[in-house]
Amino acid sequence: MTRLAPPAQGGCRAAPVLKERGQREVFCGLTGIIWLHRKMQDAFFLVVGSRTCAHLLQSAAGVMIFAEPRFGTAILEESDLAGMADAQAELDREVARLLARRPDIRQLFLVGSCPSEVIKLDLSKAAERLTQAHAPRVRVLNYSGSGIETTFTEGEDACLAAMVPVLPETQARDVLIAGALPDVVEDQMLGLLEAMGIGPVRVLPAHRIDDETAVGPNTVFALTQPFLAETRAALMRRGARHIPAPFPFGEEGTTAWLAAIAAEFGVSADRFAAVTDAPRDRARRAVARAAETLRGKSVFFLPDSQMEISLARFLARECGMTPLEVAQPYIHDAIHGPELDLLPAGPRIAEGQDVDLQLDRVRADRPDLTVCGLGLANPLEAEGLTTKWAIELVFTPVHFYEQAGDLAALFARPLRRRDALRLEGAS
Amino acid sequence: MKLAVWTYEGPPHVGAMRVATAMRGLHYVLHAPQGDTYADLLFTMIERRDHRPPVSYTTFQARDLGADTAGLFKSACQDAVDRFAPQAIIVGASCTAELIQDDPGGLSETMGLGIPVVPLELPSYQRKELFGADETFYQLVKALARPQQRTEAVSCNILGGTALGFRHRDDIREITGLLAEMGIAVNVCAPLGATPADIARMPAAHFNVLLYPETGESAARWLEKAHGQPWTKTVPIGVGATRDFIAELQRLAGTDAAPDDSRLRLPWWSGSVDSTYLTGKRVFLFGDASHVMAMARVARDEMGFELAGMGCYNREFARPLRALAKDYGVEALITDDYLDVEAEIERLAPEMILGTQMERHTAKRLGIPCAVISAPVHVQDFPARYSPVMGFEGANVLFDTLVHPLVMGLEEHLLAMFREDFEFHDAAGASHHGAKAMRRAPDDAPGPQPTGEVPDQVRDGSGYDIVWLPAAERELKKIPFFVRGKARRNTEAFAAERGVAQIDIDTLYEAKAHYAR
Repeated sequence: MTRLAPPAQGGCRAAPVLKERGQREVFCGLTGIIWLHRKMQDAFFLVVGSRTCAHLLQSAAGVMIFAEPRFGTAILEESDLAGMADAQAELDREVARLLARRPDIRQLFLVGSCPSEVIKLDLSKAAERLTQAHAPRVRVLNYSGSGIETTFTEGEDACLAAMVPVLPETQARDVLIAGALPDVVEDQMLGLLEAMGIGPVRVLPAHRIDDETAVGPNTVFALTQPFLAETRAALMRRGARHIPAPFPFGEEGTTAWLAAIAAEFGVSADRFAAVTDAPRDRARRAVARAAETLRGKSVFFLPDSQMEISLARFLARECGMTPLEVAQPYIHDAIHGPELDLLPAGPRIAEGQDVDLQLDRVRADRPDLTVCGLGLANPLEAEGLTTKWAIELVFTPVHFYEQAGDLAALFARPLRRRDALRLEGAS
Repeated sequence: MKLAVWTYEGPPHVGAMRVATAMRGLHYVLHAPQGDTYADLLFTMIERRDHRPPVSYTTFQARDLGADTAGLFKSACQDAVDRFAPQAIIVGASCTAELIQDDPGGLSETMGLGIPVVPLELPSYQRKELFGADETFYQLVKALARPQQRTEAVSCNILGGTALGFRHRDDIREITGLLAEMGIAVNVCAPLGATPADIARMPAAHFNVLLYPETGESAARWLEKAHGQPWTKTVPIGVGATRDFIAELQRLAGTDAAPDDSRLRLPWWSGSVDSTYLTGKRVFLFGDASHVMAMARVARDEMGFELAGMGCYNREFARPLRALAKDYGVEALITDDYLDVEAEIERLAPEMILGTQMERHTAKRLGIPCAVISAPVHVQDFPARYSPVMGFEGANVLFDTLVHPLVMGLEEHLLAMFREDFEFHDAAGASHHGAKAMRRAPDDAPGPQPTGEVPDQVRDGSGYDIVWLPAAERELKKIPFFVRGKARRNTEAFAAERGVAQIDIDTLYEAKAHYAR
């Protein structure tokens, strides 16, 4: 149950960070709604925004739109821009109609967008007013998923951070795990912690408003996602203490993450080994298969989700890849520092983006694999580069032991495909 | 405010992107916050383009507001011109930038960029994608087209093709071939494939061929006014429309040359006996107005369907669509709310839907056959194979597209003949699904099945209850599932009309006789 060994040539924590500003080819925080609404089964996410916001959600959600999803956009119209009082009344009317049609909704999130932020539509006041109007059945909260304030996964961070202040107070020494995980992954995690005798374990976000957890000065918490800086700060404001750890990607990451919590709760080394030895071995074997394709290959991460440093650490240490550049939209030392310690020295570490300059570096580096968004993937493939589109890493179960092999395979598949295609004539 | 989940159209700046991405040598500098780059993936993924859309975003963030968003815009403009060396740029604001009022047009004009700068005013809170495309193309033509001599040989421009257009790539190839066979040269095809320099020489053409009124009509009208170029009014979708289109071309070009129609197969396919069962199939049409209006003629006059209803989501074309619907004896549905469309489909209970991606999903839910005839469409409707919907090959494509979702005639007869056999009973499921899939009966809502003894109650429009007696209900079940919905609806309408409160076997067959064609 020892801490992970740092790399021989040192890690990246002290490496200079290339900070760039310019055109960013990234999603805004509204995108988080797509996976959050599936996790929180009694919640509805109402974006107050423009047709662009609705179009973005539609483009990102694909066929999910047709399954009566629990999100929608209140599209601002010309008349809403004229006077503030009017917009609030319009919002009340739309919310009342929505809640009347969907009696299963217990939590409503008013999600701010760029247009609603720029016209300074006060959604926090609206949330207070609507909470009173629809109490006790429905609780209304608000957060911003706007592009001017949030990048992609930061939307989840903003949502969870908005929930923290209204969590009930407790004095119990609970462990709280923050970050929305696919149910299958969450169950595995709960099973592992339970087998070590750690508990009760609470999760944020919970499935339903009624099984929500409490927080207080004796709560300790761990993060399963590297993009939860605001949530972390909000939990610390409630007196909870963060257990810093690498993130549970790959065999090493999962072990280190579990070890940090086990140490907090005084789990013996024997017990820890008894619980983790078998799944560790399974994970190692599964990763090894995919790593055959990945070993010795170079990888370039464009900024997307704040998972890049953790994934680069996994690919470098467990799959034998060489990261050339690892870029994240934001780097928070308290959260990403432990990962940077483990990432072998060498790659450029970048924060932010100027996409044209970054693409110049991609072309100069000619990495074996480029991890990037869907707007860039096909154009880079057409230039002869192999790409892995990043958004899949957020939607697919990739955390913890049983998914470690799948995670490696996500990166191996594009390389295998490039080798598999034979499109020339025989002569 | 209006609550929306699905939108048929994106915001107007996406329309401008469709024009910019269609063209070469043009760059779009868009004043927009972080995140608006999502629209790039419509082009790189759905249309599968192998290059990034030629769009630079200023990507302003909260901390820039009140500071120097105007400065950000100017540097983005300068960077784009330096890096991409376009022949011209278009500049504009997305919905958020419209609110901060930086005036991209004014800012870029003062920069002395040395190339034409075309500012766009796209009101994001009033208008939508198709308006954005039409307006952008119009502004480009107005800014760039130069007065000049007509070409010596008769020539035309092809207007309206854009990126993300439903079958634009192949329609244009089909129509270009047709024009060539008539001895008419294409001067410029725009926006699709054109450069700003090409736009400048558009007035050299003798007339304009407008294939997509939604995205090219404003430009066509302006070229007519400013440069005296007449334009075609027929959208050549279907056999009849293509022939009318050819006649129009002959008048405009002063020729009696006709294109080769020997590869046109729709008329014979539609006339052959296997197509007899298509007669009177009730279809509902929804999409952009131009495709719906053209397809109404194909459906009724070339496939022998009956129109159950038609509608469009682009309000700009509501008037001509309403007029046409009246001619066809159906009501027009003008809405951009897919739930309204779904309600109308449920009300009309058509046997087939011709619509967009949304109607495809609605049809799937209701168990009704469906074919896609209009944007918005998903990735599978940007096919690798040649698939125009215009001209003679387009007609062939349409015949196949419209027939495939329907059960073929022979299959229909076999199913009716053997329907009591064990392989064909209602709950048997499709054999190609390994008999695991339960077929969805369009008529029987999921939920508890009627026991056969409890009469099924329905309520007609007058609020008066009609009861299906168990024997009639059983008899109804003997009718093949794909026509059962129609039989049930007809019988109930027949009963309601006559004030019959209980439907028995006689009522069922009376109604059948009444509606017999």
